[in-house]
Amino acid sequence: MAEVLDLSSFVEHNAGGAAHMTLAVEGVGCAACIRKIESGLNKLPGVIDARLNFTQRRLAVDWREDEIAAAQIVAALEKIGYRAHPFAPERVEADENRHAKWLLKCLSVAGFAGMNVMLLSVAVWSGNVSDMTRETRDVFHWLSALIALPAAAYAGQPFFQSALRALRSGELNMDVPISVGVVLALGLSLFETATHATHAYFDSALMLLFFLLCGRYLEQMMRRKTRLFAGNLASQKAEFAHRLDANGELTRVPVSAVVPGDQVLVRPGEIVPADGQILTGSSEIDESLVTGETVHRHVNAGAQVYAGCINFSGALTVRVTAAGTGTLVDEVERLLRKAVEAKSRTVRLADRAARLYAPVVHAAAALTAVGWLIAGASPHDSIVAAIAVLIITCPCALALAIPAVQVIAAGQLFRSSIILNSGDAIERFAEIDTVIFDKTGTLTLPDPDLDVGSMDPDLLAHAARLALSSRHPLAAALARHAAENVPYPAAVEEAGRGVRVLIDGKEARLGSAAFCGLPDSDRQLQDRDPGASFMAFSYADRAAFIPIRQALRTDAIAVTQALKARGLDLIILSGDRGEAVGPVAMRLGIKQWLAKLTPAEKIAAIELYKSQGRRVLMVGDGLNDAPALAAAHASLSPITAAHLTQAHADALFLGERLAPVLCAIDVSRRARWLMKQNLWLTVVYNAVAVPIAVAGLVTPLIAALAMSGSSIMVTLNALRARLSMSRDPALKLVQAPAEPVEALVQSVELAS
Amino acid sequence: MNVLVYLVPVALMLGLTGLIAFLWSLKSGQYEDLDGAAVRILPDDDIAD
Repeated sequence: MAEVLDLSSFVEHNAGGAAHMTLAVEGVGCAACIRKIESGLNKLPGVIDARLNFTQRRLAVDWREDEIAAAQIVAALEKIGYRAHPFAPERVEADENRHAKWLLKCLSVAGFAGMNVMLLSVAVWSGNVSDMTRETRDVFHWLSALIALPAAAYAGQPFFQSALRALRSGELNMDVPISVGVVLALGLSLFETATHATHAYFDSALMLLFFLLCGRYLEQMMRRKTRLFAGNLASQKAEFAHRLDANGELTRVPVSAVVPGDQVLVRPGEIVPADGQILTGSSEIDESLVTGETVHRHVNAGAQVYAGCINFSGALTVRVTAAGTGTLVDEVERLLRKAVEAKSRTVRLADRAARLYAPVVHAAAALTAVGWLIAGASPHDSIVAAIAVLIITCPCALALAIPAVQVIAAGQLFRSSIILNSGDAIERFAEIDTVIFDKTGTLTLPDPDLDVGSMDPDLLAHAARLALSSRHPLAAALARHAAENVPYPAAVEEAGRGVRVLIDGKEARLGSAAFCGLPDSDRQLQDRDPGASFMAFSYADRAAFIPIRQALRTDAIAVTQALKARGLDLIILSGDRGEAVGPVAMRLGIKQWLAKLTPAEKIAAIELYKSQGRRVLMVGDGLNDAPALAAAHASLSPITAAHLTQAHADALFLGERLAPVLCAIDVSRRARWLMKQNLWLTVVYNAVAVPIAVAGLVTPLIAALAMSGSSIMVTLNALRARLSMSRDPALKLVQAPAEPVEALVQSVELAS
Repeated sequence: MNVLVYLVPVALMLGLTGLIAFLWSLKSGQYEDLDGAAVRILPDDDIAD
């Protein structure tokens, strides 16, 4: 590397000249890798410690800054054979880690306390049917109270805090009945203990907390796992920019370190790293990631360019402006805000159940107390029966019913290369009846490919090998067809025109039509085949145009057919021209399509479909799709999508294929069905258990059995998702040929 | 029943010891890299050759 690599934005500086950096490492697969990396780095002078986290594929390095630089460490890793990407841990990730640790602490306290109390409880239960004296039982109950009260106060915090927050904002969530149940069970038990009664429910309260915390922790693990993977992927995708310093020197810096006011150099074939204004140079740029338009735009000094555009022909100097200053970006931001506000109104299944559950259960408990009083029971006995109702209705099963299915479905999606951004997205994916696709980069592959059919294979082989020497983006598509990755040694690139080389004494040229001596102008070709771009190639006396176009994803036709077979309406909304959208729609058999849409028009179209009562899934990747993704009922993006777009999608999918869209819908539908089934299971369970409690027949032993029984029942039912999903043909479609990216998914997957 | 006077405290102390041991292991980061721990036992570079 000729230019200087500057990684200072990733380095943490500690006291005494020590520095720390975290790197996401690619290609770590076995025990030997750990040793190679760690011993390789620890041998370097100045490195204090290098430790690889094998689960996360992340390397933490500490070193002394006066002896070695960050860039040298990355270079050393490259030499050992591992590509490492500096990594700036996100705040969200740190928060989630802390939260997960806290939940685990609560879980362990509830578990250990529950076990010890159960030890005492079993003694009391067996003592009650044999010869235990009242004094001994009281001692055991007091001991239970001594363990249970502080343990519940600590382990119940996640629920108490969330319940308080909900009540303060005037809402009811699942944590409210849980908290009420736990507090009343403990209060009643304390009172019973003080009055030397036979039954106390300390073990029930702790067991309830233990089961619920298990559910919470699993949910948290699922979220952490996807966040971790997304974080690694983001750092691998992170691009570098060439920053021009005041004295004209070039420094390679990570894009995240570029600030407004900086000047960056964008060479042909590179991606524009940030929004900005062109200072010098003129070029053709490909804005398909931003607008969906596949025809290149000619830009001159003074023009606005957006991050994510590909620079085609000339070097540009760009002054970076603050993100969101361009008219397009402003528009997208404004539409986004509106769409996001509208979306927060959808209600989750779990909250709906909670809203119904809490009043019903509390009313049932109150009625029990009143009923027993009227029947002539003492106030004490009536209240005991009422609290038994609260304990036995067991919010436990209800609180596990949905998360348990969510965790399993999310794992299934993860294995099918789909990363969920939000857990409740599964419910929304299940509800959709219309799928709207963006064209460029979604139905088609993000990188263009060439039509091989029309070319002489011999000519193609020469052209492909010559393309290896070119930095032109279209040449990259051609170069992928080269038999082996060996460029012609003497190839010469003429900036903005093409590459040429002598093969067996005859000259071969690849580039523009004029450069290759072909008469036809680009314009006429464009008219004949509007979807394609062309490169010219000449070798000796032979010459040809090589059409390069956006290719459909390999399984696009199969997937759209399968979606239609599931009764879904398919629509294409594209920002590209009609001539480019029409043929794609026809090949896929999609009758409804609209072209040349602005972001506002996309939203308007989605709103129209929504007003017809449809639930829309938007699949898109461009910056212009971001508001539409936020406005739709559910949304999906390929991992190649623009950053802003990714942030607003409910889920991202990896890989070259479209099958994950089908898979997301299938898995989610089945998951939602299981969620509903689980909710009905708890209803049935309560229909049996509540009359027993109302009749005043519940002993702590029955409560303990009912509680664990119902929780296990619901969890086992959720596990069925795994069985039925693994038989799904759509999943097979996704998992069949192993792609490198899927291997990556599997290698990052944590122990589950 | 006099045996309870020391058996119960012993049982509770054992439970508490277990809890403290778990919290200590959590705090010292032993659950940060579960897969790594599993493969790190494989290389036998601690054996002198």
